[in-house]
Amino acid sequence: MPSDIFFQPITELAAALEAKKISAVELTGAVIARTRAVDGRVHAFNSFDEAGALAQAAASDARRTGGQARGPLDGIPVGLKDVIAVAGQPLTASSNMLANFVSPYDATVTRKLKDAGAVLWGRLNCDEFAMGSSTENSAFRPVHNPWDTTRVPGGSSGGSAAALAAGEAGATLGSDTGGSIRQPAALCGVVGLKPTYGLVSRYGLVAFASSLDQIGPFARTVEDAALVLGVIAGHDERDSTSCKIEIPKYRAELGRRRGPWKLGIPKEYFGEGLDPEIAAAVERAIAFYRHEGCEIKEITLPHTQYCLDAYYVIATAEASSNLARYDGIRYGHRSKDTTDAVDIYFKSRSEGFGAEVKRRIILGTYVLSSGYYDAYYLRAQKVRTLIRQDFLNAFREVDALITPTSPVPAFKIGEKSDPLALYLCDIYTIGVNLAGLPAISVPCGFTDRSLPIGAQLIGQPFQEAALLAIAHAYERAHDWGTRHPIL
Amino acid sequence: MSQPTDLNIDHVAKLARLTLTPGEKAQFARQLGDVLHHIEQLAKVDVSHVEPTAHAFAVYNVWSEDVPQPGLPVELALKNAPAQRDHMIVVPKVVE
Repeated sequence: MPSDIFFQPITELAAALEAKKISAVELTGAVIARTRAVDGRVHAFNSFDEAGALAQAAASDARRTGGQARGPLDGIPVGLKDVIAVAGQPLTASSNMLANFVSPYDATVTRKLKDAGAVLWGRLNCDEFAMGSSTENSAFRPVHNPWDTTRVPGGSSGGSAAALAAGEAGATLGSDTGGSIRQPAALCGVVGLKPTYGLVSRYGLVAFASSLDQIGPFARTVEDAALVLGVIAGHDERDSTSCKIEIPKYRAELGRRRGPWKLGIPKEYFGEGLDPEIAAAVERAIAFYRHEGCEIKEITLPHTQYCLDAYYVIATAEASSNLARYDGIRYGHRSKDTTDAVDIYFKSRSEGFGAEVKRRIILGTYVLSSGYYDAYYLRAQKVRTLIRQDFLNAFREVDALITPTSPVPAFKIGEKSDPLALYLCDIYTIGVNLAGLPAISVPCGFTDRSLPIGAQLIGQPFQEAALLAIAHAYERAHDWGTRHPIL
Repeated sequence: MSQPTDLNIDHVAKLARLTLTPGEKAQFARQLGDVLHHIEQLAKVDVSHVEPTAHAFAVYNVWSEDVPQPGLPVELALKNAPAQRDHMIVVPKVVE
């Protein structure tokens, strides 16, 4: 067994498992040993269940021995962000509110991964209730970027990105409401895919902003991301916003779809505030596509400057409503010293939620409150229409857009203490959520300080197969993914 | 930075069922003042003939088959209850 097996893509691990060069128990054991060795410095995990993972791996080996292997994910350790339910496992959302919560059932993505034979491995740290861009809002401990442990991994799915970058899982799942998969993927040097809204079921996902949330994969390669997406995508009658569409064979489509494509460069995404090293790296990626024969066209998304504002009105409004369920009555933290039911609500919520969650609940409650609804919430929903229209107009001319994923590389833990400064980290990712589009972040270089840089490709609704093929064409010609952090 | 005078943090916190400490009140009022100041620019957009978007891909009338399905067993459904007795959640008395 190679000593760096925990850095190999799923496609190679699956081939090794199939050829019986390794067993699932050996692979899971290697990932457990790696996690034990490095997670004290990374803090990607809130918890993990070694015995449970090894039992799943043993079951996978038994299937394979009996000729009943279920496909390329069978026996692969896959980590889930701690907002995705796994029956019998903790589900904390990195919040004191849910510190002792145990899932009574599986999320739909969890069930699909289990059906595919994946070894579900650990609960991955994140910003509390997925609210944040640095994973510093975890109520338990911040996640450290494996490339430089004095820096943040991005967020809110920082644990999912960091665990993968550090070799603590074969793939991971995160959730993306305003960039929470793509931005940490960029900052940790891995691939992160946010699917079209409605492609992946949200059943069993702790709700943040229901009209924006999507579950998606983190992976070492575009092909791995295609593989995981193929397993988790599809209609689910338990999520009424889930779409009934034919799911392509994403991995097989990678080889079939060849360029050249028409790629749009939204000029608003290359302006003030963009780190020059990131700008240069993304420009080189654009030059690659041009060299490959793609038509590169500058386009405009005129309402880009309003994305952040529309997002923070809509997302906090939905969050304030969704998080009203945490009242200390049926589940979650209940304050000890209370006089009546209303007192339970106030004290349990005030004790159970952290500062950023409280801030967003206050903001969301305010924009929905009597007298302000039209000025903020309704107006933001109308601006959302214009933002979405901008993208759909652009897609009349081009197949996909290419932009930076994050305006800055990984910053120091504690460096950005002002909420507004942190909100600006999502400036290139939130428009995609408002418009419901698919987008992927792929590694496209490193800064002089050896910090990873990501390029974002934004695709047309439900055109993940094309989006993945475009990303794959870039990835095949570059070797950024073969570098690993030294821990 | 500017703080909109109409963010009454006490009133909104009460609506949200949150008790804030004096320190939190002062900090949130300042930070949310900055955020709201940024959000004010939404007022510049002409939305007079624009329909609101609640969902990027709205779907309507989603029904499931009217067939009984097994639900969560009571024990599992109550597993995370802070206090329970006889298959019920225990709360302080509401009516005298």
